[in-house]
Amino acid sequence: METRLPLSLRLAARGLDGVTLLVLPAALMLVALFIYPFGYGLWLSFQPKDGSLLGNYLKFFSDAFLYNTIGTTLALALPVTLINVFTAVPVAFRVRKMKNQRVLTTILVVPITLGTVLVAEGMLNYFGPQGWFIRALVSFGWFSPGEIRLVHNYWGVFLSLVITGFPFTFLLTLSYVSGIDPALEQAAATLGARAAARFRHIFLPLLMPGLAITFCLAFVQAYSVFPSAVLLGAPAGPTRVISIAAYQAAFEQYDYPLASAIAMIMGAVQLVFVIAVLASRRLFYRGPAAGGKG
Amino acid sequence: MMRWTARDIGASLWITAVWAVVVLFVVNLCGIIGSVVTSSFASRWLRSWFPDGYTIKWYFSAWDEFQLGDVLITTFQVVGAVVVLSGLFGVPAAYAMARRDFPGKKALMLLFLLPLLVPPVTFGIPLATVLYQSGLGGTMWGVILANLVPTVPFVILIMIPFIEQIDPRVEAAARVFGAGTFRMFVYVLLPLLMPGVLASLLLVLVRTIAMFELTFLTAGPTSQTLVVALYYAVFAAGVRAVQSIDAMAMVYMVTTLVWLVIALRYVNPTQMVTRAKQQPGR
Repeated sequence: METRLPLSLRLAARGLDGVTLLVLPAALMLVALFIYPFGYGLWLSFQPKDGSLLGNYLKFFSDAFLYNTIGTTLALALPVTLINVFTAVPVAFRVRKMKNQRVLTTILVVPITLGTVLVAEGMLNYFGPQGWFIRALVSFGWFSPGEIRLVHNYWGVFLSLVITGFPFTFLLTLSYVSGIDPALEQAAATLGARAAARFRHIFLPLLMPGLAITFCLAFVQAYSVFPSAVLLGAPAGPTRVISIAAYQAAFEQYDYPLASAIAMIMGAVQLVFVIAVLASRRLFYRGPAAGGKG
Repeated sequence: MMRWTARDIGASLWITAVWAVVVLFVVNLCGIIGSVVTSSFASRWLRSWFPDGYTIKWYFSAWDEFQLGDVLITTFQVVGAVVVLSGLFGVPAAYAMARRDFPGKKALMLLFLLPLLVPPVTFGIPLATVLYQSGLGGTMWGVILANLVPTVPFVILIMIPFIEQIDPRVEAAARVFGAGTFRMFVYVLLPLLMPGVLASLLLVLVRTIAMFELTFLTAGPTSQTLVVALYYAVFAAGVRAVQSIDAMAMVYMVTTLVWLVIALRYVNPTQMVTRAKQQPGR
């Protein structure tokens, strides 16, 4: 007759014992504070004030003041992300060979740490009409005073997204670039490949998966821009981004169902974009970025 | 003799251009921070490269106008609670994730990754809605709970590789010599884990001081942290002297950077952003 082991031993054999239970508090907390609010927000977004099922979504997509925010945000987030990623790659390739990387990475981590609000206040001083930047351009004779404005418009938000976004993109790219075995490049160089050919045929395919993830993270961050769009932009018009619309619905009109619907639309746009980028990643090489035996 | 070909000149132009971008970025960054520093000490600064004179009076007026004493106390209460709680939730979970293989581990890993990948504004609005309906919105506990959502996964993801590189045989040896779970934890595991715990909690501290979106969406008048108070000050610019706002910005900057300098003794700057780095394609 078959002897049945005690339940605790059978569970332990599958990896479930006292130690595994340590994961429960954190998991339950995230279910309560992350999964549940998302589900609740989704449910709430289908409970509009007028009582119909799709009222909030119909309202969003029929009101130009609301649906235009999708395009406004894309017009900011997409160019900024492309510029940040395409600048970060060559810079990361140079810095990779640098001895004192840490000085530069420390300088670049400062704007990320200080955050968008402080950068916005600094930019209001620095890029403002009487700021050092405009003064320098005027004294070089490139512009006359009052000819260009860099705050309280599209460019203010754009620049702030570059200043906080570029270090983030660069540090992420640098960690991927440093993960590629230098022996692969040396082998290609030994076989006579020039720098451009080495980049095109060795590094780019190996870097592509990491670059796709970097692009997604940078885009998602730029797409949810909030404080700098208010402080450095024109939040009533040209830089009325989608998070401002969601905030106003929730905390100025107290229309939580509509705010939830806007937050869901914001998440959906980000998700569609991420899926598109990660799907196109499949067209590229996927495999180990380390050379050698094994 | 060295001869310069068109290819060599192209290559050095390219290298110069790349460094020019880096220098331009760093110079403008220093300008942005430098203008806040200069302005906070300026007695009067209008239409000139540098202020007419220097003073420290704005720090006193900012301290009174913005009630910085109260704001700083709130900030450290929130940050302290977030640091302690994310350690208490995160480290045991990371230990279980590193040492055990169980059904549903992949789904759990996804649960820990998502709050770091989804931007705070996107999940902050539904979260704030739930917190306000449960009566926690606007209170300090609401702010603490909201801030835990990204910090607990952050601690878990930093601690998993750290715990994995500790040899499990060390724990087994402690057991062989008769240590109970508690003694093993206190005398063996804790000292080995300490550097990783310290590093991850310092990063949590820096990130929580600077976390704007979640605090902004959940804070009420009495539970504002420094960064949210700074936002409202900049938002209402024109009501107060700009130097006063800059003095407050300096208080915020010093508070953040002191902890950053301490944190950078234990971690590499790249670790500040690579928290969500996954193995691609797996």
